[in-house]
Amino acid sequence: MVQFTDVFKSYENGAKALRGVSFTIRDGEFAFLVGPSGSGKTTIIKLLTGEIAPTDGKVLVNDYDLGTIKFSRMPYMRRTLGVVFQDYRLIEDKSVYENVAFAMRVVGASNKEIRRRVPYVLELVGLDKRTKRKPQELSGGEQQRVAIARALVNNPRLIIADEPTGNLDPARSLEIMMLLQKINELGTTVLVVTHEKELVESFSKRVIAIDGGKIISDGMGGYYNYER
Amino acid sequence: MKGNRFTYYIKEGIDSIFTHGFMSFASICIIVACLLIMGSFTLLALNVDEVIDTMESQNEIMAFVNETYTDEQARAIQERIEGLPNVDEAVFISREEAWDDFTATYGDPAAFEGLDASVARDRYVVYLEDISRMAETQQALRDVPGIANVRAHLEISEGFVKIRNVVTLVSMLLVAILFVISLFIMSNTVKLTTFERRDEIAIMKMVGATSSFIRWPFVVQGLILGLVGALLGYVMEWGIYRLLTEKLIAGSGLSFLTVIPFSQVALPILAAFGAVGLGVGVIGSLMAIKNYLKV
Repeated sequence: MVQFTDVFKSYENGAKALRGVSFTIRDGEFAFLVGPSGSGKTTIIKLLTGEIAPTDGKVLVNDYDLGTIKFSRMPYMRRTLGVVFQDYRLIEDKSVYENVAFAMRVVGASNKEIRRRVPYVLELVGLDKRTKRKPQELSGGEQQRVAIARALVNNPRLIIADEPTGNLDPARSLEIMMLLQKINELGTTVLVVTHEKELVESFSKRVIAIDGGKIISDGMGGYYNYER
Repeated sequence: MKGNRFTYYIKEGIDSIFTHGFMSFASICIIVACLLIMGSFTLLALNVDEVIDTMESQNEIMAFVNETYTDEQARAIQERIEGLPNVDEAVFISREEAWDDFTATYGDPAAFEGLDASVARDRYVVYLEDISRMAETQQALRDVPGIANVRAHLEISEGFVKIRNVVTLVSMLLVAILFVISLFIMSNTVKLTTFERRDEIAIMKMVGATSSFIRWPFVVQGLILGLVGALLGYVMEWGIYRLLTEKLIAGSGLSFLTVIPFSQVALPILAAFGAVGLGVGVIGSLMAIKNYLKV
């Protein structure tokens, strides 16, 4: 579960990125976070992943209070998350299998667990026939599937996808969104951060719209009313 | 699971050494060079110390007894002298013994005709514990009732102390400077590796790797480079020392110098090289990785 309660965030240069943001995403929910550039979306993601701390207010992520969490506990909070980025962030010299297995290895999974879990996840994202390929041998959509598999492999409670379709054509974008929806149906909470209006409107999901560091609308059905 | 991790740390550390082969080679060379200079100066300081120790043990103060004292009175002072601070031993030499020694040393008995032992004084040869406190001991001896005169070669003792202090100071300074230089080079080598792997480190942080999990492969890398450098440096130091002591000094007329055999210091030097190599490797790596673990 994600809970923002009256969250403010100011940076050292004086920029006020968030001005009293409050919202809750319950376990198992699928939500879009939308807004124009500079609206505060990236700040929200950084707060969710523990890269920065709120200036004021409370950020709860999967039962961890990110305003008071100890540095040494941060890795354990992050293990409850899976993060997918627009630029995939795959390790170029590792194969598809190794990229996904790497995420398990660094949290201390045994070889037996890795051998059991990685093929399952790669099959789930439709890459079970491309396990030995290197990222540069794959299309953009396939690379994003690897990134999703990596985010998913440690069985996180929440998947955060930051502009996951930003580098993809409409058909591949739709495939990725369908995949995220499928993951959500299997019980994982999914938060997709995007500014692609058409994509959001083609799914009947909750949409949280932010602009100028404030929530301007929060509702079902693909509705949001910002235009820049 | 623990075994898995250990294997992972070792494998990643070794892989990184070969992936950045040139920098690894450069690091080892720098560590070897620094250790050789550090080791050479330490050995020089040890040898200077040894030579000074030998000379110190031969340096003595001569305390002459008041000539009005009888033999019995003169001998009675010994206990008082040996009770003084910094006095290691006091050896009584009667005027007869001193006279015999003098005439034997300076030959021609005809030159001493008409003279006898009464012209000499009873005396004590006083050996010190610490040569640097010679002046203070000389004064204490002067204050002993029955001691008429004290002769000490203060300039020689001061010279010894000065040489020892300079050599020790220079050695310590060099060791400290070279340690910092080695640390800097090692840190930069590992920093280069961490820079190339910054995306990988970011991914590791993102998926929940602990700082120690990220840190260990880099520490292993530094540790191996440090140890290899230390081992090579040790072997070279051994060779150079033996060459200098056995070939050069022995063949150059300096053989009167007391030289410590390498076998006598081999273990401490190996331990010191190992410790410096390990220290430079591990601390250098920790310094390099520090910034990447802050998030």
